[in-house]
This record gives sequence, structure tokens and C-alpha cells, in this order.
Amino acid sequence: MVFPRNQWYVAAYGEEVGEELLARTICGEPIVFYRTGAGDAVALADRCVHRRFPLSEGHRDGDRLVCGYHGFTYEPDGRCVAVPAQTRIPRTARVPVYPVVEQDSLVWVWIGDGDADPAAIPRAPWLDAEGWVVVRGMEPLEARYELLVDNLMDLSHETYLHGGYIGTPEVAETPITTSVDEEAGVVRVSRRMKDVECPPFYANSTGIKGRIDRWQDIEYQPPCLYLLHSRIAPAGLEPAPDGDDSAAFHAEIVYGITPSTETTTFDFWMVARDFALDDPEVTTYLAESNRTVVMQDVVALNLLEKVIATEPEGYQELSINIDTGGLAARRLLQRMTDES
Amino acid sequence: MTSALLQVVWSPGSDHLTGVCHCGAEYRADGPVEVWQWLLAHPDHEASIEAGID
Ligand code: FES
Ligand SMILES: [Fe+2]
Repeated sequence: MVFPRNQWYVAAYGEEVGEELLARTICGEPIVFYRTGAGDAVALADRCVHRRFPLSEGHRDGDRLVCGYHGFTYEPDGRCVAVPAQTRIPRTARVPVYPVVEQDSLVWVWIGDGDADPAAIPRAPWLDAEGWVVVRGMEPLEARYELLVDNLMDLSHETYLHGGYIGTPEVAETPITTSVDEEAGVVRVSRRMKDVECPPFYANSTGIKGRIDRWQDIEYQPPCLYLLHSRIAPAGLEPAPDGDDSAAFHAEIVYGITPSTETTTFDFWMVARDFALDDPEVTTYLAESNRTVVMQDVVALNLLEKVIATEPEGYQELSINIDTGGLAARRLLQRMTDES
Repeated sequence: MTSALLQVVWSPGSDHLTGVCHCGAEYRADGPVEVWQWLLAHPDHEASIEAGID
């Protein structure tokens, strides 16, 4: 497999993990998720040790999982506590358990062997904070996760693929600044647009009528968490000298980029906003139009995956200035994959 | 030790990229592949400082 291991990945939204058994393949590893009576999220390998039947096809007995084929029964810690027609339980009857942490409304799972340090999980505090409203969804992608990384690192595609929603001519025309923090493993791409057209996505949600100053500051923490700090303000409205920017509108766009198999991906998308907090129409509008934008990407990336599948080995693509951040992201991902 | 910052700035009004290494060396390049190659060559890019294109 080609994924960075020994990493935390977004496996689910908190509310997706509950009484029901949730099956999700992450980085090629089939996993079953559920929540114990005490409220803790649990992740077990989705393979019975007996004849490999998926445990997600079985049922729960309290906090225990009962295999749907012959009834092997497992504790949340993976220990088998019952097998059919005998009292002796084989010593090796145990399914692997995955470390799980819930943070910022996301369920993170550790894929790998090394030290699963919860402090290494990147943060997205807006998803679970006072003063923010969040809309979100998840789209399964029939494309490799690298294509989604490429897509999100280069926002100039907004002008062409998302015109009429978030794209305006200026996005593709504005130069970017890119930086890589080699030690922290973070790629940043910034684009600052002054006195530009306001795309419908923001005009309709903020109520701004005229032109805007628009900032896009990407912060990608490979492999899994992508943040886009988006600032929208009426043209000329600068942050105060003390840095106070509360007169502007802010949207924190978050993606969990989680590889499922080599050619499929979980595309977790979220939009948190600090304006129109009590306006359900804005919430509905942002949820619907952002899903439309995400689906435009999904359709394009699924198509790209098909193209890649038919092309000869070693096909040479061409990179231009707008790809500076995407290339940096690829290099960090490659380094992480090589190290794991 | 925040010295591992590599930066690439799109030179205003041009198609050039300027790479700035954490050692302070700068290089002007025509495209991203070239600029990353140069940045990642650290510390072997001393000689190339100001060796940019046109
Ligand atoms: S396969 Fe699970 S009990 Fe037989
Ligand atoms: Fe897009």
C-alpha cells in the first residue's frame, strides 16, 4: 500500500459513531467503529479471527461484538470472550484494536504501529467552538487521495470549475506565496485579493453587496488535515492596528482527506463561519452550495482517476507556478510514505 | 529552531518565482519544479545565489 502509516486520520464525524456498527476502510485497513455504553468510540479490525467474517456484519451484545457467522464474541479491547460449543478460548483469539481519539468533533484513528501520541493530532477548533456555526458532509471519492490534495492546494481551479459559486476571475489571476515548514511538516499557500468581485457563495451568505477584499490562507498538515482560512470583507476594510479583524467575515473551510483504498478516498468537508450565526437560511444555503462545489470536484477527480488508470506508466505532467504548493505537499507525503 | 522554513514568492508583476531558503539564500526560477530543486539542494546552492534566469 502506498499510504503514509504511523499517522492519525479522520475516520468519521462524532455523530456517525454510535449504537450502529460503522464499517470503514482506512488506508486499506477494514475497521469497524461503534460507541460503548460509556460513550467511548471504539475501533476494531473488521475481520473475525475465526474465518474472517466482517464483524460489522454481526451485532452488538451490550459493549461486545458478536460475529454474525459463528458467534465469536469480542470485548471493546479486542479480546475474544466466547466461542461456539467450547469453553476453552484460544489464546490468540483477539482482533487488533485501533487507537481512537475524539477531538474538535472528529473521530481520529491511528493507522500504524508506532507511538499513537494524541498530541500529534492537528487541531481544527472552530468545528466545536462557541461563536461558530458548522455545516458539513462526507463524499466518497472514486479517486486516489493525492488527486484531492492536488485539487485543494491549487485554488485557481475555483475560477473554472466553481464559477458561479466560489470562483471569480481574480482567483486564477492572483499570484500566491508558498511556504513549507520542514520541521512541523506544514505547507502554507496564501493568496490575498484586494478590491475584487464577491462570489455568490459569500455575497449570499454575508449580505455584502459590493466588492471585497478576499484572503485565502491554506494550511495543509499532511496527510489528513487541510484548513483554508478564508477572510471576506467589504473592500478597504483592514484589520485594526492591534490585529482585531472582527469586522470582517471569516469562514474556516476544513477537509479531512482520508485514503480508503489506493483509488478511493473519504472526502470530509466542513465549513465553519463566524457570521449570521442565528440565520438558518444562511446555514441551509452554505450547506447546499458547498456540497455542490464539493460534488463539482468529486466529478472532476473521479474522471481524472479513470484517465490515470488508462495512461502508460511514467506519463509526464506539466507543472506551472500555481502548482508550487501542490508539489510541496506531494513531497511531504512522499517523505511520510517512505519513512513508514 | 524554526529555521527550516522554505519560502516561494511569486515575484509581483512577473511569471518568476523567488525561492528563499532557510539559510537566507535566494534564487529566481521560471517554475515550481526548478525552485523546489534549488531549495532542496541546500546547502549545496551557495554558488547559485542570484543565478536566476533573465
Ligand atoms: S467467522 Fe466469525 S465466528 Fe466464524
Ligand atoms: Fe474545488
